[in-house]
Order: sequence, then structure tokens, then C-alpha cells
Amino acid sequence: MKRLFMLACLALLAASAAAREAAPSAQDVLVEKRMVAISEELRCLVCQNESLSGSQAELAQDLRREIREQIQDGRSDQEILDFMVARYGDFVRYRPPVKGTTLLLWFGPFVLLAGGIAVLVGYLRRRSRRVAETQPALSPEEQRKVDALLGGAKEEGPQS
Amino acid sequence: MNRFLLPLGIFIVLVAFLAVGLNLNPREVPSPLIGKPAPAFELPQLHKPELTFAPKDMQGKVWLLNVWASWCVSCRQEHPLLVDLAKSGAVPIYGLNYKDPRDDALRWLKRYGDPYVLSIADPEGRVGIDYGVYGVPETYVIDRAGVIRLKQIGPVTQNDLDKKIMPLVKELNK
Repeated sequence: MKRLFMLACLALLAASAAAREAAPSAQDVLVEKRMVAISEELRCLVCQNESLSGSQAELAQDLRREIREQIQDGRSDQEILDFMVARYGDFVRYRPPVKGTTLLLWFGPFVLLAGGIAVLVGYLRRRSRRVAETQPALSPEEQRKVDALLGGAKEEGPQS
Repeated sequence: MNRFLLPLGIFIVLVAFLAVGLNLNPREVPSPLIGKPAPAFELPQLHKPELTFAPKDMQGKVWLLNVWASWCVSCRQEHPLLVDLAKSGAVPIYGLNYKDPRDDALRWLKRYGDPYVLSIADPEGRVGIDYGVYGVPETYVIDRAGVIRLKQIGPVTQNDLDKKIMPLVKELNK
């Protein structure tokens, strides 16, 4: 039984080893490096939270091939990015250009932050004012109790 | 009273934003190709590989380009609708067989019906890249001048046909 189990494990192992695709041989390390750098900037549209460089989706593999070929054809990084944007839109870029439709995306968080700070400052001011207004002064009786309780702090004497 | 109104107001706004956000489909990315000429290509036909097809052959006609594949599960979902649409003769449908082995594609059409005037084969997905395909099935409405007027991502539903695609086709055919 045990032997059978081992055999099955081995068979599975062999199958998974065979299933792993050979990485495309990088005849040109520079091309590969540029391809990775460009595809890091691009979103895989099939699995949208993955970059094109990290995704194993078929489309991502095709697009990496496309980028690789365009690099070999001598196109610049910007030309390749433009090629992708022309087909898939600004959404394909992780850092979309600043323009009308992306203003909220770029600056919305800062607007929210500024709003939060404004609310916080306003609240703290109002509260300190309210505390100053409503804090009743201690009566002589209460002051004596405080002094008694604080004991050692007596030397400094009451402030009011 | 006022003390509760403000948080309540913020809460309602938040809920409204979340409700809208949750009902958006993140897979529907607006295509930059709308209003642009359909990218040119010339590919062999699926049934008769010795013949080719190019979008410019369709100049002067309103037509649908439907991207499909035999491995695509949701293509099966929209397929009966396309078959019916083809039978009605309202608009010619051309198929772009995307990254599919030819035998599988032919078998699939035999089994589920062939709504396409003809299909073209794009085994390497290169034309797919030019058309910004990222989620098969996709359907493009292309006008007489060869301009893409609409791109549907994902399976076409009866509702899409009635509300979006057919009214647009009629409008373009005027």
C-alpha cells in the first residue's frame, strides 16, 4: 500500500515537472530586462490586480511576446506603452497619465486627507473652547480635598 | 438631533458610493477603440483557409465581429442568441476564432451551430491584441465606414441585443 502511494506521488511529481513550461530562453538579456521593466508598468487585463510581468494568463504571455518583439524591432519604451494604451486604454497602465478623467484618481486621496485634517482641527478647536467655557472652577472645599489627596505635591501649592 | 444627522448623512453617501461601486463590472474596461477605424488585418478563413478576409471587404455594410473560441465557456452562453440573430438576417455576423486549434473550432461550430457568414482564424491572437481583446467573447459593431461603434465585453444577452446592439445597428443602417 505504502509503495503504491509513493508510486502515485512520484507519478504526480513527474507530471507536474513535465507540465512546467520552459522559460523562453533569453538570448538577449537586455531585451528581457526591458521587457520586464515595461510589463511591470502594465496591468494584466485578465487578472486585473496582477502586472503583465507577473501574470501567467495566456493573454499576458502573448502581450509579453509582443513587447519582446517590439523591443527587438527597435521601438522605444514610450512607443510600446502607447501601443498598449491605444488597444486597452489608460486602464492598462498602473500609472495612468494625469488628465481630466484621472484627476480624481490622482488627487482624490489628498483631497480626502486635507478634508480629514480640516475636520479634525475644527473639532479639536471647538472642544478646547468648550472645555475652557464649561470647566467649573474648584470650590475651596474641593481644592482642599485635592491637596490632601495629592499630598506630596503640596509644596508646589495650588495654582488658583 | 443635529449630532446624528451628520453621521447619518455621511453614512448614506458612503452606502450610495458602495452600492454604485459594487454594481460596476470591473471587467468592463472602456475601449479606446470606440469611434476609431477597425484595425486592418487579413487572415485566412476558418472553413476555407486558402481564402482570406479583411475588414475592408465589408466597407459600406454594418456588421458584427464576434470573437469566439471553442475553449470559451461563456461563448456557449451567447451562442444560441447569435444563431437566432443570424437566422433573422438582421445583421451579418463575422466570427474571429481566437487562439483556437482549427479542428476544435470546426467541431464546435458543427455541434452548436454556425451563425457566422464566415469565421477567420487567429490562432496566435495577434489580431486579438490589435482589437484589444482580453475577455472572450467580445462583440464589435462596425459601421459602413469601417468604424467601431460599440464593443461588448463578455457574452451578449437578449437584453444587450434588444437595448444596445440592435437599436444601434438600425440607427447605423438608416
